[in-house]
Amino acid sequence: MTTRIGVVTFPGTLDDRDSLRAVRIAGAEPVSLWHRDKDIKQVDAVVLAGGFSYGDYLRAGAISRFSPVMETVIEQAKGGMPVLGICNGFQILTETHLLPGAMLRNNHLHFICRDQKLRVENAGTAWTADYDAGQEISVPLKNIDGRYVAAESVLDELEAEGRVAFRYLDGNPNGSLRDIAGITNAAGNVVGLMPHPEHAVEPLIGTGRTDGLGFFTSILKKLVSA
Amino acid sequence: MARVVVDVMLKPEILDPQGQAVQRALPRLGFDGIADVRQGKRFELEVQGPVDEAALARIHEMAETFLANTVIEDFVVKVES
Repeated sequence: MTTRIGVVTFPGTLDDRDSLRAVRIAGAEPVSLWHRDKDIKQVDAVVLAGGFSYGDYLRAGAISRFSPVMETVIEQAKGGMPVLGICNGFQILTETHLLPGAMLRNNHLHFICRDQKLRVENAGTAWTADYDAGQEISVPLKNIDGRYVAAESVLDELEAEGRVAFRYLDGNPNGSLRDIAGITNAAGNVVGLMPHPEHAVEPLIGTGRTDGLGFFTSILKKLVSA
Repeated sequence: MARVVVDVMLKPEILDPQGQAVQRALPRLGFDGIADVRQGKRFELEVQGPVDEAALARIHEMAETFLANTVIEDFVVKVES
């Protein structure tokens, strides 16, 4: 049976097409999901793609969190369904409290768009199993609300439990506390990060590398072996 | 109609670079003596019906779940006369 991975489109989502494409290149069946549908078409995993859902009005991800599709995604994520939030998707995951902390305006107040070096700190999640712990990858980063913040006690807990999944290398691009680029929930099925692996899956475009493909091959292997 | 105001501010420990940018611009514009600026959001709610305890409880719930993200923000609900 083919593995089906859904990608949600909210009004203002930008990277749904690239995410669907990354899913296909990895060898899974991409399935488009719509923000107003509670039905997530029996997909095996969900990607919340980047962009500016609902114009980022109020706060990034704050309005998307209450959309019909998220009701189902939240419920199933709590039941173990793998969910990857990229950029705006990460912001949505913190707003839903599936992941702790919050995202704020970059400390320098500028939009940034560049290739970003990361270290994969946790290669045990549903979305990172094809990497090695400590592996360095480079994928595009593009955002203005990329500053990860959480209470000191929460940060300590994340570090102690190995839930900092990715850390920025060669300079912190946005003031994120402890250079955190992405985190995972305790179960390892819900992962969020600001940089964009879906833009780095073919040698011809993006960074010229395919460092982001591992997210999508990781989840495929996990689902196939499950 | 009665107006209820919800003020949302970043928690004191959260860095506010927008407020800092405003503060830094002030001396350049000739406004001296401002040591710090914090920038927040103000929501003005025009309430249908009486602003009784039940209505205020609902507004409080609204502020807590939606208008503010209490991971990073504090809020205050005020009834305007």
